[in-house]
Amino acid sequence: MPADPKAVLTGVHFLNGDVACCEGALAAGARFAAGYPITPSTEIVERFASRAPEVGGVFIQMEDELAASIALQGAVWGGAKSFTVTSGPGFSLMMEHVGYAAMTETPCVFVDVQRGGPSTGLPTLPAQGDMMQARWGSHGDYEVIALCPNSPQECFDLTIKCFNWAEDYRNPVVLLMDECVGHMTEKVVIPPAEQIDVTPRHLTDKRPGDYLPFKPCDNLVPEMAHAGDGYRFHITGVTHDERGYLAVTSQAQDKLVRRLCDKIRSAADQLTLVEEEGTEDADVVVVSYGITSRVAERAIRMARERGLKVGKLRLITIWPFPENRVRAVARRVKTLVVPELNLGQMVYEVERVAGGLARTVGVTHAGGGVHRPEDILAAIVEGAQ
Amino acid sequence: MSDNLMLENAALQVEEALPESMNPVEPFLRSERIPHIWCPGCGIGTTVNCFARAVMDSKLDPNKIAVVSGIGCSGRVAGYVNLDSFHTTHGRAIPFATGLKLANPELTVVVYSGDGDLASIGGNHLIHAARRNLDIKVICVNNLIYAMTGGQSAATTPESCTTATSPYGTFEPTLNLPHLLEAAGATFIARWTTYHVMQLAKTMKEALLHKGFSFIEIISPCPTLFQRRNQMGDGLETMKFYKEHGKTKHGADTASLDMTKSGDIIIGKFVEKKDRPEYIDHMREYYTQKLGRPFEYQVKTC
Repeated sequence: MPADPKAVLTGVHFLNGDVACCEGALAAGARFAAGYPITPSTEIVERFASRAPEVGGVFIQMEDELAASIALQGAVWGGAKSFTVTSGPGFSLMMEHVGYAAMTETPCVFVDVQRGGPSTGLPTLPAQGDMMQARWGSHGDYEVIALCPNSPQECFDLTIKCFNWAEDYRNPVVLLMDECVGHMTEKVVIPPAEQIDVTPRHLTDKRPGDYLPFKPCDNLVPEMAHAGDGYRFHITGVTHDERGYLAVTSQAQDKLVRRLCDKIRSAADQLTLVEEEGTEDADVVVVSYGITSRVAERAIRMARERGLKVGKLRLITIWPFPENRVRAVARRVKTLVVPELNLGQMVYEVERVAGGLARTVGVTHAGGGVHRPEDILAAIVEGAQ
Repeated sequence: MSDNLMLENAALQVEEALPESMNPVEPFLRSERIPHIWCPGCGIGTTVNCFARAVMDSKLDPNKIAVVSGIGCSGRVAGYVNLDSFHTTHGRAIPFATGLKLANPELTVVVYSGDGDLASIGGNHLIHAARRNLDIKVICVNNLIYAMTGGQSAATTPESCTTATSPYGTFEPTLNLPHLLEAAGATFIARWTTYHVMQLAKTMKEALLHKGFSFIEIISPCPTLFQRRNQMGDGLETMKFYKEHGKTKHGADTASLDMTKSGDIIIGKFVEKKDRPEYIDHMREYYTQKLGRPFEYQVKTC
């Protein structure tokens, strides 16, 4: 359905990534945000605190990140679209509730504007060190959807996508920004509301006696109901049956947790967003994401000027990992070069998927800045030999 | 929601049609989940009975009441009440309830959990929810111990009590919850024991109808892990103790409410204020003034 025009700032703007993310959330229908201040993400909720009253929404600054990351889920079950935003240390504190959202199938959005870590790390400087935390940070087996923008425009566009996919899959969705993208100011085009596609919540039309909050439809995703609608349903983070009642057996665990994972894994191809260019006859393909992809552009151009055959594969969807696209590229190249602002995270996913079809080379950076294009170029040159 | 469905779920109507052999609180319980997990002599079930009566007496629409629990023995209450119910994470029932209430202010939101969950791991949230005076009702079953995990000492365990983690007896000072809540800004504060069922049901009803952050502490036995280890008898003995040592003092100074192992338990309704604005009411008024037009509160958009 089209977005509510009340909250859509249609026009051409000059915005930073954090503000663009907030505008995306508003366009996607978010009217509730719970947050706790943390650099470099705070501008998102500062903007929301300013804009929300104009559109009847609520921002609440909670007492910590644990509170923010569960308040947003209470709001979802009360009928809101909601999100929280944070950075590394706060994201660590929110992990229990990423798991709760996965287990209770609560559609919600977590925005993580990454900074250097571990611990307090580099509060004001970029990194891409939370890529694996977004996937594995909570205990147990579950799947998230995670997207990674490389510009303020994409912060707007992908935030809407996050909200829409949260509803489609009844799952937590993570927007993995980084300090550079969050604080970078560029042109952002916000289309007219009627051109923005917003996914409504998939509410059940069953009668109260017939509704089961965890009975999956054909796509393995159950329908939702809200508190106050007369269903008197039960939600728990304990392993549960289709009624939502506790079922503490290995059989119930197997049935539930496999479905939670399968509903995302089976949709991996529909969830794959990548940007691919020049890979057809390439010897080397640079696989990158987020701010690093923009440094990689320069390195690729420098390599091409030297006559090397280099392609690019930019991962926009990080989780579920775009296995099929990466594997298809790995089949026809010598080397995959993976620069990232960490000491090796996604490179191991690329290596796993390449499975010996191509050599995989990481270009690491501990964070606090971005790569020098020359460092990526050196890996390309070596990979082409 | 059709009228037809509303009728199906209107518990008061169900109650009229009950056979005589049925307990009038049954429509408020998920009878298919009985027997419950609580031990013989445990007080939590008694509090749930009082709560069901309070819901009935309040005449609130049960379809508009949601119960939110944390983790622990008392955290299991959400699973047994026939209402919209949320069994959340350890300590985080109050912030979940905060989001739920803000999304749909029409709901009566009740947080039902234990002392460890609400006052220790969730203590920060308890303080800040009271500060905000958001209209949620917190029912804290205080059995003076961590029961679900095997009887470890808690922030509420009185001095010189033997627990699984204090084999030589506890020596840490304890939290006086009503005092803490009053300081933080709660506008309705009461304490009863599970012996005082009539008073408790009445106070629960009052809290359901109070507008603002409400807190009811219920002193409750854990015969399996607390009373047994401390040679305080079984559930019945504890009822006799509560009867003898429960001293009703409405309006008592909350600073005087410390719990001891074998001393008197001061009970009653200590605080009921109407002079602090409720959070959502205050927000509506505040933004209306700041915006210069009515604040059109519309968080629920789905």
